[in-house]
Amino acid sequence: MNVIYTDFPIPKPYNTTEILRYCKAENSTLEVKSLLNECLSEIDGKYKNSVCYAEFNIKKLENGIDMGFCETKSKSLEKHLKNCEGIILFAATIGIECDRLIAKYNRISPAKALMFQAIGAERIEAVCDAFEEKIKQKYQNKSKMLGVRLSPGYGDIEFEMQKSIFSVLDCQRKIGLTLNESLIMSPAKSVTAIIGIGENYEY
Amino acid sequence: MNIREYIKSNFLFLDGSMGTLLQAKGLPVGEKPEVWNVSHPEIICDIHRSYFDAGSNLVCTNTFGANILKFSEEKLEEIIFAAIKNARTAACKSKGTQEKWVALDIGPTGRMLAPFGDFDFEDAVEVFSKTVKLGVKYGADLIFIETMNDCYETKAALLAAKENSDLPVFVSNAYSQDEKLMTGADPSVMVALLEGMGADAIGMNCSLGPKALIGVAKKYLEYASSPIIFKPNAGLPTCENGKTVYDVSPESFANEVCELMKNGVGVVGGCCGTTPEYIFRLVEKSKEIEFKTLKEKENTCISSYTKTVSFGGNPVLIGERINPTGKKRFKEALKGNDISYILKEGIAQQEKGVEVLDVNVGIPEINEEKMLKAVVCELQAVTDLPLQIDTADIKAMETALRRYNGKAIINSVNGKRESMEAVFPLVKKYGGVVVALTLDEKGIPKTADERVAIAKKILSEAQKYGISRKDIIFDPLALTISADNTAATETLRAVNMIKNELGCHTLLGISNVSFGLPNRDDINSTFFALALENGLSAAIMNPYSEKMLGVYYAFCALKGLDQNCEEYISFFERLLPETSAANLKTVDANGKQPLTLKNAIVKGLKNEAARLTVQALETVEPFKIVQEIIIPALNTVGIGFENKTVYLPQLLMSAESAKEAFEKIKEALKSEKGENFATFIIATVKGDIHDIGKNIVKLLLENYGFKVVDLGNDVSPETVVKNVVELNAPIAGLSALMTTTVPAMEQTVKLLHEKAPWCKVVVGGAVLTQEYADEIGADKYAKDAMETVRYAQQITASD
Repeated sequence: MNVIYTDFPIPKPYNTTEILRYCKAENSTLEVKSLLNECLSEIDGKYKNSVCYAEFNIKKLENGIDMGFCETKSKSLEKHLKNCEGIILFAATIGIECDRLIAKYNRISPAKALMFQAIGAERIEAVCDAFEEKIKQKYQNKSKMLGVRLSPGYGDIEFEMQKSIFSVLDCQRKIGLTLNESLIMSPAKSVTAIIGIGENYEY
Repeated sequence: MNIREYIKSNFLFLDGSMGTLLQAKGLPVGEKPEVWNVSHPEIICDIHRSYFDAGSNLVCTNTFGANILKFSEEKLEEIIFAAIKNARTAACKSKGTQEKWVALDIGPTGRMLAPFGDFDFEDAVEVFSKTVKLGVKYGADLIFIETMNDCYETKAALLAAKENSDLPVFVSNAYSQDEKLMTGADPSVMVALLEGMGADAIGMNCSLGPKALIGVAKKYLEYASSPIIFKPNAGLPTCENGKTVYDVSPESFANEVCELMKNGVGVVGGCCGTTPEYIFRLVEKSKEIEFKTLKEKENTCISSYTKTVSFGGNPVLIGERINPTGKKRFKEALKGNDISYILKEGIAQQEKGVEVLDVNVGIPEINEEKMLKAVVCELQAVTDLPLQIDTADIKAMETALRRYNGKAIINSVNGKRESMEAVFPLVKKYGGVVVALTLDEKGIPKTADERVAIAKKILSEAQKYGISRKDIIFDPLALTISADNTAATETLRAVNMIKNELGCHTLLGISNVSFGLPNRDDINSTFFALALENGLSAAIMNPYSEKMLGVYYAFCALKGLDQNCEEYISFFERLLPETSAANLKTVDANGKQPLTLKNAIVKGLKNEAARLTVQALETVEPFKIVQEIIIPALNTVGIGFENKTVYLPQLLMSAESAKEAFEKIKEALKSEKGENFATFIIATVKGDIHDIGKNIVKLLLENYGFKVVDLGNDVSPETVVKNVVELNAPIAGLSALMTTTVPAMEQTVKLLHEKAPWCKVVVGGAVLTQEYADEIGADKYAKDAMETVRYAQQITASD
């Protein structure tokens, strides 16, 4: 049986350039920047950054890969995992508060809603980065290398895989992450992904 | 024995984990454990039996995920039948001599409820109801709702249990490290909600080990009057030699749980990682502990989904502004279904410092039930303040209470028999603190003594329904002194008597006292001060009045309720900068040029745009302001956006500022008839949640005078069609950002053309092109928001 771990990574401080890039405002005015600051102070302290993950051994099949929790025919995965013996499967979220703020401002200030969309997008990436950094260390100590993270929807990786991921990682129980019938995650600022593990493997 | 009676004077031992043991018995990864009730009944039965043998009084059936979202109706019935039978058989076979019960176990659905997810509250109630009914049918002794990490879903499950059975209901929530549920509720919020609705035992399970959950358990001990459930994990899992092990041993698990039992926790067991050994140790270790009955807590308390507000400490301010009485613009908003106007009233009052919002949307021209429900749901999406449901329409009251996420104030009941018979059952069923007006069939008595007599009558009647006196707040009714000059003194006397003689809380609608008089603020604020001195617990008041707020903060400071007068000083400071900032901002950023309305809109300065519009309205015709200032300002920004000199957030900020300006103009035009705006239905299609583009289009359309009905994102074709047909909309806009959702767009277009052939469909979004749009049969492809506006104008002009 695979152990499902939970982890609470601490992301790096905000990258405001990145946030402004997400809302397509690289050269923004003073007013836009002050709106961003207002939003950042409003969401301050409201994150629930959490990750659940498990490790699986993988097997090459005649036509695709058995990843230990489901089989896939994705060529993107095949390419990225060709030198791997296992994978880390994880789900990460920044929690529901960002969704609350987006829902709130969708109703009363679309500019702020846009800002929170961008902030949420930047934060969930930062949480994933922090998590990846942490486990990279762990695996380096065992002389294993980790690949890049790949999510359903990237390349030809099936969206349908979300169902298997949610069922095997028990995301709802572990980190409060849910999946609806259209395979959309809630909280929305969340990521599920696969990272390859290999001896001397580097992608 | 009746379990409700048993837990009043005995510790109740629950079981430990089912999942952990099933995995050890070879349950494959990804297989649903509930299926094993049918396929491996002997294994399930053995596990239950091992818990009974270890000393458990109660085992939960293996039905955590048994619901109609995961199984067909036939399969579900088969599973629940088998699950209860397995547990019953185990109880019979076990040699344990203790009292034994079988609980129908209910876990979360795995779906997030609206407004943050797409799962409707009533659908959730329906899902839980099906499971509950089967549990009742096959003879469960009680219902055990567990591992819930959302407050709203917990309410849905408890409501389903209450509506479909008379069985005892235990409710247990899963808290994270920050001692809150995933969606933000803390223990005080859950205690308020669950005790209000009449759960028989409440508490916590899963997520953490016993040590990490002690903080949460202590909060329950502080707030709860019902028996407390404590069912933690065996710590955190790790992998040792390919096996999952947990880091808290049975020995230390038992020790830690025993500590809490000494303090009053009565219902104990284990969750993930615990085994019969853990339960056995716990039962053994706790033998010497004396059972302690929990003290009844007298705290009067209401809640939203993340916040509680208590009465009896600092006076509670309840904002009165969501109410159409005497407000033309508000009535217009209700008639035009302009909910965003109402939401802004809510947020503005919260910013002024009120702790509760009164919600009254009753006008004769509208369906109050429908409107109240919509407003309550929408308000809960934008504010975390508890609400006061204020209506005379019993159906509307029930609908709103049902949907409300928390424990509300219910406004109101009175001493008339008819009123008590209608309102008290709702208070009992949904929970809540009810405002009781001291009037009856004979009207409002003149003297305080007569009003107190009615209060007593109401109290004794409430008791018959099982409603505790702490859940009643009396309103001894403020009447205008312009009609009777003893009116205020009698009301004040009643406040005093109810507080000191009955020991109950009081509340007043302050503003009534000055009706018919000039300079009402002075009368209101002085009356407010007098009422506070007489022991008033809460006031329904106008938070925009500085005098009223001044009285509140000064009172708290004078009464020693405000440490170091901090609140008072910060209130005073909030008053100051607003005026000076307004003066500063009248000049441009470079400090020279005065700021014009046009510039305020271009720069996206909302408050300035509103202020300058009001200023302009003094000398310029409203229509002229629109034509010569606002529209040109919008065009400047629009062109800038097209030329990529203006960025998206700025475009939105400008559009919002223009909307503020329009709002002021609308107010100025209030005497004239509102324009007949055409309806534009807008939605992001099923499977897609990207709504930024859609929001831009919506805002611009509103700027150009359309009545936009926004259906949100991930919207099914059927929902779009239903709304178009209901509102007879001439035009609908669909947005999609992902290639995977273009088929959903195509379905929506087809269904619209079939069921609503009059409606023109305009499509847009990053992945769309003219060719795509033609292929899926849309009437129009718009490359950006402006093009959509132009097309909509063209369509509605030719109508």
